[in-house]
Amino acid sequence: MSVLNSNIPEGPIKDKWTNHKNNINVVNPANKRLIDVIVVGTGLAGGSAAASLAEMGYNVKAFCYQDSPRRAHSIAAQGGINAAKNYQNDGDSVYRLFYDTVKGGDYRAREANVYRLAEVSANIIDQCVAQGVPFARDYGGLLDNRSFGGVLVSRTFYAKGQTGQQLLLGAYSAMNRQINKGKIKMYNRHEMMDLVKVNGEARGIIARNLVTGEIERHSAHAVVLCTGGYGNVFFLSTNAMGSNVSAAWKAHKRGAFFANPCYTQIHPTCIPRSGEDQAKLTLMSESLRNDGRIWVPGKLEDAQAIREGKLKPTQIKEEDRDYYLERRYPAFGNLVPRDVASRAAKERCDAGFGVNQTGEAVYLDFASAIERYGKTEANIKGLDANDSKLVNELGTKVVEAKYGNLFQMYEKIADENPYKTPMKIYPAVHYTMGGIWVDYNLMTTVPGCYAAGEANFSEHGANRLGASALMQGLADGYFVLPYTIGNFLAKDIRTGEIPTDTEEFDQAEKEVKERLDFFINNKGSKSVDHFHKRLGKVMWNKVGMSRNEQGLKEAVDEIKQIREEFWKDVKVPGVSHGLNPELEKAGRVADFLELGELFAKDALHRNESCGGHFREESVEVGGEQDGEALRDDVNFRYVAAWEYKGEPSDAVLHKEQLEFNDIELKQRSYK
Amino acid sequence: MNLTLKVWRQLNAKEAGKVETYNVKDISPDSSFLEMLDILNEQLINSDIEPVAFDHDCREGICGMCSLYINGEAHGPDRKVTTCQLHMRMFKDGDTITIEPFRSAGFPVVKDLVVDRSAFDRIQQAGGYVSVNTSGNTQDANAIPIPKADADKAFDAATCIGCGACVATCKNGSAMLFVSAKVSQFSLLPQGQVEKDRRVLNMVDQMDSEGFGNCTNTGACEVECPKGISLDNIARMNRDFLSASILSKDK
Amino acid sequence: MSNSGIGKTSIGRKVVMALSGLFLLVFLLQHLIINFLSVINPDAFNAASQFMGTNPFVQFLAQPILIAGVLVHFAMGVILTIKNKKARPVAYVVDNQAANSSWVSRNMIITGIMIFLFLVIHMGQFWIHEISLKFFGEQSWDKVGFVKGTEDFRYWAELHKTMGDPINASLYTLAFIFLGLHLAHGFASTFQSVGFRDKKYTPGLEKFGKAYSVLVPLLFIVIAWFHVITE
Repeated sequence: MSVLNSNIPEGPIKDKWTNHKNNINVVNPANKRLIDVIVVGTGLAGGSAAASLAEMGYNVKAFCYQDSPRRAHSIAAQGGINAAKNYQNDGDSVYRLFYDTVKGGDYRAREANVYRLAEVSANIIDQCVAQGVPFARDYGGLLDNRSFGGVLVSRTFYAKGQTGQQLLLGAYSAMNRQINKGKIKMYNRHEMMDLVKVNGEARGIIARNLVTGEIERHSAHAVVLCTGGYGNVFFLSTNAMGSNVSAAWKAHKRGAFFANPCYTQIHPTCIPRSGEDQAKLTLMSESLRNDGRIWVPGKLEDAQAIREGKLKPTQIKEEDRDYYLERRYPAFGNLVPRDVASRAAKERCDAGFGVNQTGEAVYLDFASAIERYGKTEANIKGLDANDSKLVNELGTKVVEAKYGNLFQMYEKIADENPYKTPMKIYPAVHYTMGGIWVDYNLMTTVPGCYAAGEANFSEHGANRLGASALMQGLADGYFVLPYTIGNFLAKDIRTGEIPTDTEEFDQAEKEVKERLDFFINNKGSKSVDHFHKRLGKVMWNKVGMSRNEQGLKEAVDEIKQIREEFWKDVKVPGVSHGLNPELEKAGRVADFLELGELFAKDALHRNESCGGHFREESVEVGGEQDGEALRDDVNFRYVAAWEYKGEPSDAVLHKEQLEFNDIELKQRSYK
Repeated sequence: MNLTLKVWRQLNAKEAGKVETYNVKDISPDSSFLEMLDILNEQLINSDIEPVAFDHDCREGICGMCSLYINGEAHGPDRKVTTCQLHMRMFKDGDTITIEPFRSAGFPVVKDLVVDRSAFDRIQQAGGYVSVNTSGNTQDANAIPIPKADADKAFDAATCIGCGACVATCKNGSAMLFVSAKVSQFSLLPQGQVEKDRRVLNMVDQMDSEGFGNCTNTGACEVECPKGISLDNIARMNRDFLSASILSKDK
Repeated sequence: MSNSGIGKTSIGRKVVMALSGLFLLVFLLQHLIINFLSVINPDAFNAASQFMGTNPFVQFLAQPILIAGVLVHFAMGVILTIKNKKARPVAYVVDNQAANSSWVSRNMIITGIMIFLFLVIHMGQFWIHEISLKFFGEQSWDKVGFVKGTEDFRYWAELHKTMGDPINASLYTLAFIFLGLHLAHGFASTFQSVGFRDKKYTPGLEKFGKAYSVLVPLLFIVIAWFHVITE
């Protein structure tokens, strides 16, 4: 019997959540006033959790490292949010969303959690509309939908290419209402430095005021971590510059198991990198794959000529183009899931068909969408649908209305007009499915410490479908945590305020201060970024889109090496009592250097290909699926939860076996 | 590209600041402005000078964290971009670039180019929301159809990223564009009607108490706004404010 | 909530500015029409002046309101400018305001002060004279419009004499150029401040405002130089 208890309620899957809510412990409204809850992070999960918990009556303290809660990186999500509303009458249902998500995650997610997510998805849309989130609407005044990768229905709600922003501002406004009432005490520009445990339970945090550099003690009856993912372990990713693993990693060091660290989503449609000094990759929404067609030249010599600037993509004839996704996956075409699309792009580029100077780019082409929309518009307006100039003009307008801001963003970065020439795209690290292990109640292995949103490992298995991250973040924060946290807090109604002048807080604060002092006094010779970039290179080359045993073993050793050098030779200028961005980065990179090794170790142990984790040793041979990822359900149908034991190499593996009672395990075919 | 940078350095809110001059070499025109500053900082660290503090996070033009007054313009010379999306191809080899923090009584300098924009948070807290609890039992999202034109206008107003370029640009340091964008979003939607009067009165009251200047309709904010928020919103807020001041029942 | 006194809020101050400005815009048109009569028909000009000068409604109601309007508009402009300066305690080292806004919109206080200075002179030349004749002079109220001891109106002659001086006309021309600059921003700004804006009528209104800001001062200038030429 594993030490992990997922606490999945009994009963048929469709009744589990309802039964659980009916039977769970509840704190009465008068007693909620006596209970404090800390929420770290104010993205979709944290913002919605903080607002909901405060509405219920808890005293919430919320923390974010940005200068305002509205700036959390959820804001950058572009495409949309899924919900099983079936407004389009295309046969969508809770079950279908559940099924798509489990299948999309390559059968590495917990069935009960995913079903609950699908169940509450519709409520999210209702809630957001009631808050005044301006979703896209059709001329009838009703909500519009688009479709996303890996599914055959239109269930994605959107607000142009700024859905994350609008949803986050919705959660932020709900928070503002509670801040105004005094139910949320907001701490901007504060970073969580450690988790404090009292008698084995999470009872507070140590935080650093990033402006004054002051180290502060904050106590609560429970701590909720909504601190996002750790994609920045790759240095270059689509995450915000400040996104980090530190809060989650501190919890891990205090006893929270870290699950499936190797499950990383490499997003297929990002703007390719341009040079060595690049600090950040920019995503182009997956929604573009609704209308854009992905291709590379069919002939090697054409690809060569394009790379040398002798040929333009628009000069390549239709028959000389390889629409490789449509060719390989006729059923889903350009809308295959992200992991599949990314690997296919890498495969073509590795084979020499890449289309920019570095050979790491493929085309995303809107020419046929512009023509198609243009013709429809011309017909609607009673104009000549054979006039190609007119059709192009009309079609461009339609595409602009749908994706205008994305096209503008592309043009600013790449200095090319995507209405006239195909966009160049390449996969980039985008999201991490792995994270802190949580049970059905979203509680970690540290009692009283919860994790929600991207910070936890739960609903997406080994690969996340597009528009599901927003859904999960808000589901956790608005509809799951507010119920499940009561189950833990019910026993605390007589506890009273947790004092901060105790040995546990003393000790944690001392450790935090020592580490900060170490960085300032180290006076090494290399900047924090130097080490971060080196770590990123190892991660991308050996623990990236495609992994093998030898590379992973090398990566483990190399990361350890970089870590040792970092602690000897890192140089952090300035002082600790005041704003010092380099000092902030140093702490975060120190944690990435530990996580990176565990990440590689997890990838090495999982000798199967599933979702975003592709092991070159584990592929289908022969037949229709030749070369596709090969999952090993006999040996690896489990969640790998790692227990901290000092060095990452000493981490102990705990397995949570995954049971599939409502979905049949199948090969994930998008052919 | 080789560039001369004149950068505002200020230790903290209390100390006086001054302009320092630095040179950077071999900057790629494809670099973003902030990547250029990253290079400057790496250079400063290597020569034992404290790096320049500046706010930034998503580097995709959406979080609103980056700021900077570059050669006399908020977010620099390009239009409809934030500083993180400003590319060095907008400048010429040999240029001198002056970089200053956003300046307003409402945005005190924290350090170097970093300013405190929490005044914006407080304005939103004063009423920038619809009072609806999370219950899971709100009515169906399609229960109230909203004319597409209104929904689109509300969306356009809602795209404000709260960066503060409008305040920085306005010769009066006025925050009207920012406040009006939020007021307009809710004013245009049926969900925002119940609290419409209270919202505009409270938000304007808070705006006034934060030390921002008065709008004199120069239109500079609209030009410099990275999200193209329209002056229509200011007119709408003026209208809403007037009618609320005169007619509101719940003063 | 402290919305006691709309004039104490930033938007309230804008509205006061806009409404007083709008009132002055209307007054300006009326002033122009009467003055233009002096070009077309001196008798009509005299009759209109007589009416304006002796009608109790105009004299005791409209005139004080007008004076108040000018003073409020000017005082509020000064108050706003001081407040706005305070909103940016540390100035930019480099500030390229020309990149995003027009000179006229940014310098309403300069054009405004110039116009106000002009008004002081203007009042000295015409209004003080009128008042002293009316209230401190020897003629009775109903005779005040005539040249002393005759049945000839004095209005046109006085205007012709003052305006006929090229130096005076030049001064007026300069003032009207400032007025034009002030109106170039002020006209449309008035409507924006009270929230009167819609894509249906605002572009037309803005065009009208531009035309108004050119034509009204131009016609005043024409009047001044008409008297110089015909002197």
